[in-house]
Amino acid sequence: MTWQGLITLSLGAILIENFVLVKFLGICPFIGVSKKLDTALGMSMAVVFVMTVSSAATWAVQEFLLVPLGVEYMGMVAFILVIAALVQLVEMFLQKIAPALHKALGVYLPLITTNCAILGVAIINAENGSGFFESVLFAFLSGVGFSLALLLFCSIRARLEFSEHPEAFEGFPIALVTAGLLALAFTGFSSIRIF
Amino acid sequence: MDTLSAILVLGGLGVTLGLLLAFAARLFKAEADPRAGDITDLLPGINCGGCGYETCQAFAKELNAGQADAAGCPVGGQELAEKLSALLGVEMKEGLRLAVLVRCSGGVRARDKFQYEGIGDCHAAMRIGGGPKECPYGCVGLGSCVHACPFGAISVVDGVAVVDPERCTGCRLCVSSCPKHIIVPVPYHADVHIACSSLEKGGTLRKICDIGCLGCRICEKVCISGAVRVEDNCASIDFEKCSGCGDCAEKCPRKLIVDAKLDRGPRLMEG
Repeated sequence: MTWQGLITLSLGAILIENFVLVKFLGICPFIGVSKKLDTALGMSMAVVFVMTVSSAATWAVQEFLLVPLGVEYMGMVAFILVIAALVQLVEMFLQKIAPALHKALGVYLPLITTNCAILGVAIINAENGSGFFESVLFAFLSGVGFSLALLLFCSIRARLEFSEHPEAFEGFPIALVTAGLLALAFTGFSSIRIF
Repeated sequence: MDTLSAILVLGGLGVTLGLLLAFAARLFKAEADPRAGDITDLLPGINCGGCGYETCQAFAKELNAGQADAAGCPVGGQELAEKLSALLGVEMKEGLRLAVLVRCSGGVRARDKFQYEGIGDCHAAMRIGGGPKECPYGCVGLGSCVHACPFGAISVVDGVAVVDPERCTGCRLCVSSCPKHIIVPVPYHADVHIACSSLEKGGTLRKICDIGCLGCRICEKVCISGAVRVEDNCASIDFEKCSGCGDCAEKCPRKLIVDAKLDRGPRLMEG
């Protein structure tokens, strides 16, 4: 992959096609764990980790199982199965081998197993017919994009706590309005033309 | 044929992954520490949060890891601390038993700004013109702390919340429940207490409260150990210096200072 391709892929995955704010995948953790910075950080790490690992596994399933047998239409079901099992496996592995990392990722690891953002990466990779390296890189960068959106949103919500807004908008309503505005801001990136 | 291959692929995938997981569960089995369960059983299990952890279970986990102090549970007190130390095999540290003090003696002795007839909750009452009491620092007396206390240690007597130090475990749930922030942790064995937090000037306070601290500094002068300090028109005691002699209680012109040696039960003296 050329460095131009790399930049295109990174900008695309992180900003232009941001998973949360442009594709609207993974909204649940985006709203759910964005109240505190440390939970947001844990979730971000877990998402990057699981996305990267699962994209490698789903690439193998797609390439060596689904395509040769002509059952690509079963992709979604097979991917869910593989990702769920993989996350379980990784969790057990981490608990034994790297307890510190397991503790840092904590409850978020099993939480995002069936997240649509994770499945989304797998499906997008399968549809594009990406190679192994490209798939994993795209997944990693998408995870970074998710983290960026989550941490941005989290910081804004922290400020929101001390801001004055109508009482009826207290809590989630104002958070959703903010998320909408943030998504609107990210549409600005869609006009970026790369090379 | 198509259907068959789909079934075979998914079925095969499921069986393979299932076997893999079962095998991995054996391989990576984390040895559960039997001690963790014993610690959890010893703890009171009411999840009051007095130790600084969210739940008793979280505290037990930290105890087991050696991160928490065996005397950290305010509810179990000395007895539990001894049991835990024995179980964990660590040196027993002398813990300081805490109780709380409502820093107001006003109640019926403090003037009302208006007659409040709303919901029986201090926070609700505070929403209306800062509460029904003239004194901005005084106890509202509607018992938000009473409801917050899981041990029934607080009761409202003569319009002011009073803590029974025997029942109080020092969990400090009431501290955060008070909208006026006048409940403070104090050592259980402290004898002398000043239950007023008013920063009003003496002349102003005299008009709105019959018992509150005027900031006359008599207590500060009679204190031989330098424990009593008057700052911003309000006296307070440094419990590390206080010898518990009770001289200040004797000399207080408002009879505000309570010497528990004379009167361990209800905090208030006859006015």
